[in-house]
Amino acid sequence: MATAHHDEHPAGLMRWLTSTNHKDIGTLYLVFALIMLFVGGAMALVIRAELFQPGLQIVQPHFFNQMTTMHALVMIFGAVMPAFTGFANWQIPLMIGAPDMALPRLNNWSFWLLPFAFTLLLSTLFIPSGGPAGGWTLYPPLSAQGGMGTDFTILAIHMMGISSVLGAINVIATILNMRAPGMTLLKMPLFVWTWLITAFLLLAAMPVLAGAVTMLLTDRHFGTHFFDAAGGGDPVMFQHVFWFFGHPEVYILILPAFGITSQIIPTFARKPLFGYESMVYATASIAFLSFIVWAHHMFTVGMPLAGEMFFMYSTMMIAVPTGVKVFNWVATMWKGSMTFETPMLFSIAFVMLFTIGGFSGLMLAIAPADFQYQDTYFVVAHFHYVLVSGAVFSIIAGAYYWLPKWTGHMYNETLGKWHFWLSVIGFNLAFFPQHFLGLAGMPRRIPDYALQFTEFNQWSTVGAFLFGFSQLLFVAVVVQAVRGGKKADAKVWEGAEGLEWTVPSPAPYHTFATPPRIK
Amino acid sequence: MSRSSKCSGPAQRIGLISVISSIALSLFSNLAVAEYGLNFPKPVTAIAQEVYGLHMLIMMVCVGIGIVVFGAMFWSIVMHRKSRGYKAATFHESTTMEIIWTAIPFLILVGMAIPSTATLIRMYDNSASDVTIKITGYQWKWKYEYMDQDVSFFSSLSTPRDQIDNKSAKGKDYLLEVDNPIVIPTGKKVRFLLTANDVIHAWWVPQLAVKKDAIPGFINEAWTRVDEPGTYRGQCAELCGKDHGFMPIVVQAVSEDEFKKWVSVKKSEMVASAADVGKVWSKAELMARGEKVYQTCAACHGATGTGIPGVFPALKGSKIATGPLAAHLAIVMKGKPGTAMQAYAGQLNDADIAAVVTFERNAFGNNTGDVVQPSAVKALR
Repeated sequence: MATAHHDEHPAGLMRWLTSTNHKDIGTLYLVFALIMLFVGGAMALVIRAELFQPGLQIVQPHFFNQMTTMHALVMIFGAVMPAFTGFANWQIPLMIGAPDMALPRLNNWSFWLLPFAFTLLLSTLFIPSGGPAGGWTLYPPLSAQGGMGTDFTILAIHMMGISSVLGAINVIATILNMRAPGMTLLKMPLFVWTWLITAFLLLAAMPVLAGAVTMLLTDRHFGTHFFDAAGGGDPVMFQHVFWFFGHPEVYILILPAFGITSQIIPTFARKPLFGYESMVYATASIAFLSFIVWAHHMFTVGMPLAGEMFFMYSTMMIAVPTGVKVFNWVATMWKGSMTFETPMLFSIAFVMLFTIGGFSGLMLAIAPADFQYQDTYFVVAHFHYVLVSGAVFSIIAGAYYWLPKWTGHMYNETLGKWHFWLSVIGFNLAFFPQHFLGLAGMPRRIPDYALQFTEFNQWSTVGAFLFGFSQLLFVAVVVQAVRGGKKADAKVWEGAEGLEWTVPSPAPYHTFATPPRIK
Repeated sequence: MSRSSKCSGPAQRIGLISVISSIALSLFSNLAVAEYGLNFPKPVTAIAQEVYGLHMLIMMVCVGIGIVVFGAMFWSIVMHRKSRGYKAATFHESTTMEIIWTAIPFLILVGMAIPSTATLIRMYDNSASDVTIKITGYQWKWKYEYMDQDVSFFSSLSTPRDQIDNKSAKGKDYLLEVDNPIVIPTGKKVRFLLTANDVIHAWWVPQLAVKKDAIPGFINEAWTRVDEPGTYRGQCAELCGKDHGFMPIVVQAVSEDEFKKWVSVKKSEMVASAADVGKVWSKAELMARGEKVYQTCAACHGATGTGIPGVFPALKGSKIATGPLAAHLAIVMKGKPGTAMQAYAGQLNDADIAAVVTFERNAFGNNTGDVVQPSAVKALR
């Protein structure tokens, strides 16, 4: 039905460099994220290898600190955020019946900023003064001591921030303006809702990070003293500004995961999502609350009692809407007619393991108890449960779920299940013992430790290697599905609902040139 | 549950928390055993015991909710399967359920917030202390100054480098031992004033449940009252650079008499150290002392003076260590602002500075033959 005019697009390298097509750009983001997952993963394995035994065996402390810093920056800004943006690009237009994103050329630029940003960031590992080594949180005065690597990092963060903000603008403009006629906001798939809310979080938070790192840059080179007490400034102010960004950021990292899970579970339970409107309101509540909890990352900084109490209460409150979402997913499963293909396996694991991460988060909210957990492996365990078995598992689930739609081929279900079980075992072996390490007194960001922490560190390292190498199976599944496999129908999954399942698999290059009517 | 104001005093709350934590402890005594490293090490103060109780309480609440939620999920996974022939229901909303599972968690949280607030208020009460100690975080050691006793000293990691480099077997307190522990009296309220010399550090001793950031330019407060004499070990808990993992804390809690004795011993050590300045030192004496002091410098400049290229300059063959003495003394005493090189005039006494500069100018093949007397350093201050 498409005319020759619609089908014209360059082939080869030029296609990928200049594409303004949401499907191509989605693919670019997802492939980039997958590569960055392995780059960040390699850094994690350097960390875990050094921590296998007490003593310094493999790396020296200064390089170890670069690894912990870069591992976080790469995973957060290079793997998880671009992956979710890839899903947004592929799925939002398909799910709302739009032909593309509202601003296709801006979309292309938003992506291409990233490879340049990460070249800048990763190049710091090869310059004499090395990469940033003060933690991804970049607290001054320590980050003021860093060499040129810190300046490169600041510039790279600016580029990543611009990419995110432009992407967010595109998502909001698309969702608010280009829904098919009849699709009111409360008829949108929940994935679209979660991305709409995430986009507003990005708009509010990313410029704050830009401000914080710019003040760091001017303190370092242009004679300002924002964070230098000797000059009349305040190191703690950086922490406030950073975490005002940082806390909404972690919800940016999880809200799309909630959306993906809310698409997958109803499909494989063959039952509609329980409490759709509550889920929308809960997501919005979480987003609002995320702006008033930031100082729970700073409970030991010496805040006045009133401040400490406020942030304790607001942080505890976030558990309520989050719990509502978990209960709604379970109620979706309840009395469904479930099958357990790989996307469903990862989604169920997401609900269980993210909930465990939520529990440790609630424990961390109790400020007097947090004095014992803060800056220990208990925190490391917490955020890996919500970010790996949370965000990353949902990304993997979404990939398995929509791969047949994108490629036109069913992926290899046996390999998928192997990937799932090895990942779940490896992940839990890597991170559950870290709760105990934190409680027993092991601080974080240390390359060497006292003897009583040895056994759990060894389990953790074994688990990390198992988990890391299992992800190669995922690459194999993806490559195999791209190249061939059993042909997929338009409605790939028996229980699937939504506009994306009304177009053929693989989805044609241009879809919904004419918007469908929604009843 | 509600309480009238008569029944809600601090004593009742402590009692409630003690009851809850002892029930939790007896039910989960294996979880409480510190040797298995599954839980907090044994609390040795009343506050630490309260914190332990809060921790166990919130953990049990989470375990309880987990059992209900995961139980429902597992049941559903087993029973509500297509392969069992189970037919999907069609219900997809219930305002009643939404209200219930919003209200119940909310009430549980309010229940948690009450004892948590009580403990927090107690932790913030730094008044009426018996001993005040100013703790300063340095890269990478702690300085303790007893404000009323006029005693001050540095406390550095004493684990030999050989053990870290796997050249000799690791001792029992590997990475948790120091040359000069902080000594406090038992049964007395000890107030800590925390600050830092360079970057943010954090002072943490788990068994006291005290953790507070040490921030340059600011003073934080914390307090403890240790009932049981003993040795309690902790670590720096805020990334502060290269040797963040190598600046532990050792607290020795002793009886009030022993504390007084220790104070006078420390005072006479400080007097003896100051007397060193007057005499004339031989080169051999300076080199020997200097090699010891150099352990501090070796953290950045390397055990063989080669530094880390691009990050920390080498001293071996450096212009400063082989050039004019005045410039060498200046950079050691005043540091280099904007870098990690600190002003050691405040950290090292005259004899130490004289010794380490003498050492640096003659070791690593530098061989300048220079000898610096402590009196020369004193004249520069």
